[in-house]
Amino acid sequence: MSAPVLDVSGLAYAYPDGHQALFGVNLHVHQGERVALLGPNGAGKTTLVLHLNGILTAGAGSVHVSGLPVAKDNLLEIRRRVGVVFQDPDDQLFMPSVRDDVAFGPANLGVRGAALEARVIDALDLVGMVDFIDRPPHHLSFGQRRRVAVATVLAMQPEVLVLDEPSSNLDPASRRELADILRSLDVTVLMVTHDLPYAYELCPRSVVLSDGVVVADGPTRDVLTDDALMAAHRLELPFGFDPRTIPAP
Amino acid sequence: MGAGHGHHLHFHGHSPIHRMPAHLKLLSLVAFVVLVVATPREQYWAFAVYATLLAAVVAVSTVPPTYLAKRLVVEVPFVVFALLMPFIASGPYVSVGPLHLSEPGLLGAWGLLAKGTLGVLASLVLGATTEPRDLLVGLERLRLPHQLVQIMGFMMRYLEVVTDELQRMRIARESRGFAASSVRAWPALASTAGALFIRSYERGERIHLAMLSRGYAGRMPVTHRVSATPAQWAQAGILPGLALATMALAVTL
Repeated sequence: MSAPVLDVSGLAYAYPDGHQALFGVNLHVHQGERVALLGPNGAGKTTLVLHLNGILTAGAGSVHVSGLPVAKDNLLEIRRRVGVVFQDPDDQLFMPSVRDDVAFGPANLGVRGAALEARVIDALDLVGMVDFIDRPPHHLSFGQRRRVAVATVLAMQPEVLVLDEPSSNLDPASRRELADILRSLDVTVLMVTHDLPYAYELCPRSVVLSDGVVVADGPTRDVLTDDALMAAHRLELPFGFDPRTIPAP
Repeated sequence: MGAGHGHHLHFHGHSPIHRMPAHLKLLSLVAFVVLVVATPREQYWAFAVYATLLAAVVAVSTVPPTYLAKRLVVEVPFVVFALLMPFIASGPYVSVGPLHLSEPGLLGAWGLLAKGTLGVLASLVLGATTEPRDLLVGLERLRLPHQLVQIMGFMMRYLEVVTDELQRMRIARESRGFAASSVRAWPALASTAGALFIRSYERGERIHLAMLSRGYAGRMPVTHRVSATPAQWAQAGILPGLALATMALAVTL
């Protein structure tokens, strides 16, 4: 098998105030996989995400993206390969128009002119938002803004898409539309979420992070139906949702 | 919430003035305003010429005059001040009915009103015919330091987000029975302002993270160079050119 797209080994990290968030995390994600990263609040999920594109630097252990180590010298290439979509689209979309915002990432990579325009159009096309290209982001609905946020990262042609709580604050229709988009993309996905039905619907594999270590890694159905594991790590299925009674997606 | 309402100044259109690059419009506006201000106020006819020139520009821009008239309201504080001048200035007085008015005050009020109104109207035409982001591109083209342009860009983008946030905090406050009726309510208002500041600061940090994640390295990438054709330069020069001729005539007469 080729080098994993994401290769995290023995990753430990303590914040400057002394709070230790990660205690030796091991995680491998291979080309084309869609993986859900589950865990209670404060488990270190966001901290882990910020290591994947080098915003935070590992205290111990290492992170490799398709064989390239996350280190100061190749941060730009790392950030091209790992596209992070943050939880609040208002944080991600900061330019005065959708077009400028989607162009921001590839322009930082040195893409210009017609090639840049093509990247912007293609990325917006993947999320069905081409018609909104000249709108200012604050004139879009929340669901539309989240889709544009995904496009801003797709325009960089990443090898892995990392989504932080992609379904939060979305109404059911927007949530389903985003799921359709994510399924249609030909890209590796790592999805941080509390939305367990969403994880089951989209990700064949789930990883549970709890207190800074990986405590489970397997098929989503097995993870969600392991009652002892779920209870031990403050994970709960929403009322009425039971993966045992639902055919695999 | 957020969606649906456009920028308050911009009037969508496709006139030659809408199409003109923003930096030319900015230069033309500044030149026009400087010339108007430099004209001696006693040359009443010159201001009539300026007003006619501006009216012609408005006609070409296809922006309805009523649209601009409504937005002229921003000038009201100056109008109030101008109206006070004949009463508070000294010098030789003239009697107008029961009123005793200062002559230099009257002249001052006229100058302030005429020059102010022309300046505000010209700026409104710029605002109505230029998308805010094109204005930023224009300022950048005119070599305004890019930090300033970025600050303005962020302000434009986040003004509504922060106003929404303030609005939600107000509703939450009032839902718990708060009424800002007396001085005793001020501490609550002050902590709202403090909380808003902290939230905006934290949002700023999150935005910075999101920018870094997309390869930001301290400089905004320049993605489109705007350039103007000689014909557009000539077009943009018409208004200040005619204004210059008027001013020159007014000074020599």
